[in-house]
Amino acid sequence: MVSELTIAERERAMGICGLVALAGLAMAVAGNGDPLQVHGFLVLLAGVAMLFVVMGGYFAPEPQASRLASYYDSPSRAGIVIAMIWAVIGMFVGVWVAALLAWPELTFDAGWASFGRLRPVHTTGVIFGFGGNALIATSFHVMQRTSRARMPDQLSPWFVLIGYNLFCILAVSGYFIGITQSKEYAEPEWYADIWLVIVWVTYFLLYIRTLARRKEPHIYVANWYYLAFILVVAILHIVNGLAVPVSLGSAKSYSLFSGVQDAMTQWWYGHNAVAFFLTAGFLGMLYYYLPKQAERPIYSYRMSIIGFWGITFFYMWAGSHHLHYTALPQWVQTLGMTFSLTLLVPSWIAAANALLTLNGAWDKVRDDATLRFMMMAAVFYGLSTFEGSFMAIRAVNSLSHYTDWTIGHVHAGALGWVAMIIFGAFYAAVPKLWKRPRMYSPALIEVHFWLALAGTLIYVFAMWNSGIIQGLMWRTYTESGTLAYSFTETMVAMHPYYIARAIGGLFFLIGALVGCYNIWMTIRPGAGVPGIAEPDVPLPAPSPTSLQPAE
Amino acid sequence: MFSTHYKLERKSMGLALGIMLVASIGGLVEIAPLFTIDDTVEAAPGMRTYTPLELAGRNIYIREGCYACHSQMIRTLQDDVERYGPYSLAAESQYDHPMLWGSKRTGPDLARVGGKYSDDWQVAHLINPRAVVPQSVMPAYGWLARNRLRTEDLGRHLAAQRKVGVPYTDAMIEHAQADAIAQADPDDSGAGALTERYGEATNVRAFDGNREVVTEMDALVAYLQILGRLTDAAYEPAAKEQGR
Repeated sequence: MVSELTIAERERAMGICGLVALAGLAMAVAGNGDPLQVHGFLVLLAGVAMLFVVMGGYFAPEPQASRLASYYDSPSRAGIVIAMIWAVIGMFVGVWVAALLAWPELTFDAGWASFGRLRPVHTTGVIFGFGGNALIATSFHVMQRTSRARMPDQLSPWFVLIGYNLFCILAVSGYFIGITQSKEYAEPEWYADIWLVIVWVTYFLLYIRTLARRKEPHIYVANWYYLAFILVVAILHIVNGLAVPVSLGSAKSYSLFSGVQDAMTQWWYGHNAVAFFLTAGFLGMLYYYLPKQAERPIYSYRMSIIGFWGITFFYMWAGSHHLHYTALPQWVQTLGMTFSLTLLVPSWIAAANALLTLNGAWDKVRDDATLRFMMMAAVFYGLSTFEGSFMAIRAVNSLSHYTDWTIGHVHAGALGWVAMIIFGAFYAAVPKLWKRPRMYSPALIEVHFWLALAGTLIYVFAMWNSGIIQGLMWRTYTESGTLAYSFTETMVAMHPYYIARAIGGLFFLIGALVGCYNIWMTIRPGAGVPGIAEPDVPLPAPSPTSLQPAE
Repeated sequence: MFSTHYKLERKSMGLALGIMLVASIGGLVEIAPLFTIDDTVEAAPGMRTYTPLELAGRNIYIREGCYACHSQMIRTLQDDVERYGPYSLAAESQYDHPMLWGSKRTGPDLARVGGKYSDDWQVAHLINPRAVVPQSVMPAYGWLARNRLRTEDLGRHLAAQRKVGVPYTDAMIEHAQADAIAQADPDDSGAGALTERYGEATNVRAFDGNREVVTEMDALVAYLQILGRLTDAAYEPAAKEQGR
């Protein structure tokens, strides 16, 4: 890794590591006695460790100029491995917290191991650890291929990848020791938030600089989505994260907004984290890997355009459907519901565009589990966007809100759409990135596919059942006009579904472990599958590939 | 339209600006007016702020992730109101930085749990929920009763709250630590000054039953017992009419 950096980059990297270490030291000193001190030492350790890594490779010979004729893929390779590690951690904690709801004693008498602290470890681990690293790794891969240009330098992709993971570690370790802002999916405190802004600006600049070097006149649709993901997540993160720290020596901060304004900002963020982190970025992934794997051009250029701008515009209005019948003014609720319904149009256009691309390649869907992962992801994308629009209707929401139906909906999207498109993309990208003819075992991809699908279905059906039952029980009246069920009775009725959910999650986790094994056996040094020298370099002349707009 | 796009997609910065513009509209239209339209938040004269002990308890509620399973937002639905009490008004969370409306009821809503159960019940329930409600799936929070509450920096917490708009006075900030200790001990000499600052109705009790030490349990129970009781606005028909 270090030997791939130029001498100037190595020096710059040491400078950055030094600054990070100093910032950690400052945090440790200022946060004396506060949980901030723990994070100070963690940042210090990260800075010093990276400094040693860079110094260890400082005297390696400079990389040859010939490197500039090929793509720079080491950060993508590292990102994929890191994403799979996060997947196992995040899903393991997910299964654990699912089990805690069925068997609450399955833990230790210690703060770190209680449901309330573990739950954000699960959500952050899978969304930001697994999903985020997958987005970064694949975006580096895709932007270079579709631009037919190498990244402008070697240092910034590493800064983005490692810096982002430092953010994830600060977030997750913070929950264990009780550091959280309590804003759902935006739990990390002010200093971690500031660090993420620095990383994210670098990410955007790297992307735009690579696009500026492109040898294609047009920017391919996958890049529109990755760009929207980077830009809009930045806007959401900064606005929702506005807060005043108790002091520079305290991990705790108080958010700038309160009450109803804070609720609206939080769900404007929360819903669009779904839109631009969990949808736009992964649509970018879909728009590259699915046509490549199917060896078919994208079905419709015009559908790509309508889908993209529709999603970018409509999603940002939809957040208030999380606050139906609350103290949020009704006009905002109505706007949120209306736009949630219209949102179905661009969402289904994007899903249909993906599925219609498979026309003429359905035999491959049957034979190739990698492509089937992507196809199933597009199907679940279509299903969960329909379900989302449906649940945003006020009358439906009055039943579904606060129940497990929401959890089922989220997981139809997270397991069925996001995780499946990641696994499909990884199985497609890993052989290319490591120069192997194929994955170690196509049979294990098949096993993984069926475990993932079975796990998702068990999970989603369990939560639909428990959610709808609970919603109905809450509103059931006796003949004399009193509420029929106490809250405890509704909770007891959930027990069998909570067990089923834990089993569904376990299936999905086992599938991910199978995936890890398969990827490891493919990429390990001296793997049984012999290397190939498929040309994968920026070609001088435009080639008639399937990646041109379809017109 | 498509020919315009054919040109736009050749300009990376144009595309980036277009995305930011198109994506900003929804948030601006929905969020900005909430700060300017006056009847978004009802008037609630006489609403008090959290005492330092209650604020510390609220921070423990946040730290332990209670909001993941308990909402604090009673909707304007008949069964919600009959189960939990009058529906929540925006004014009731106007000092909540951040709000804790929640998104899931694995456990019941807590917006009006204050005063519903005794301190003893709350403490026993937090130490072992299944000792009180055998079917409960709530985690046990035994360590709260063992941990001494950190009160030294409560003044700074109140000062930060004031910066984001909560009307704490200089005296409240100055005496934050003393007030926190006094609220958990009815025999404390500072109890009078505390009720002078936060109102006669302020609960001054040894919430966890132990007067010697102010624990995290004291703080959390003090917070739970004030939920829904900072103002009576939700119980006044006039305010409800105005609020809708």
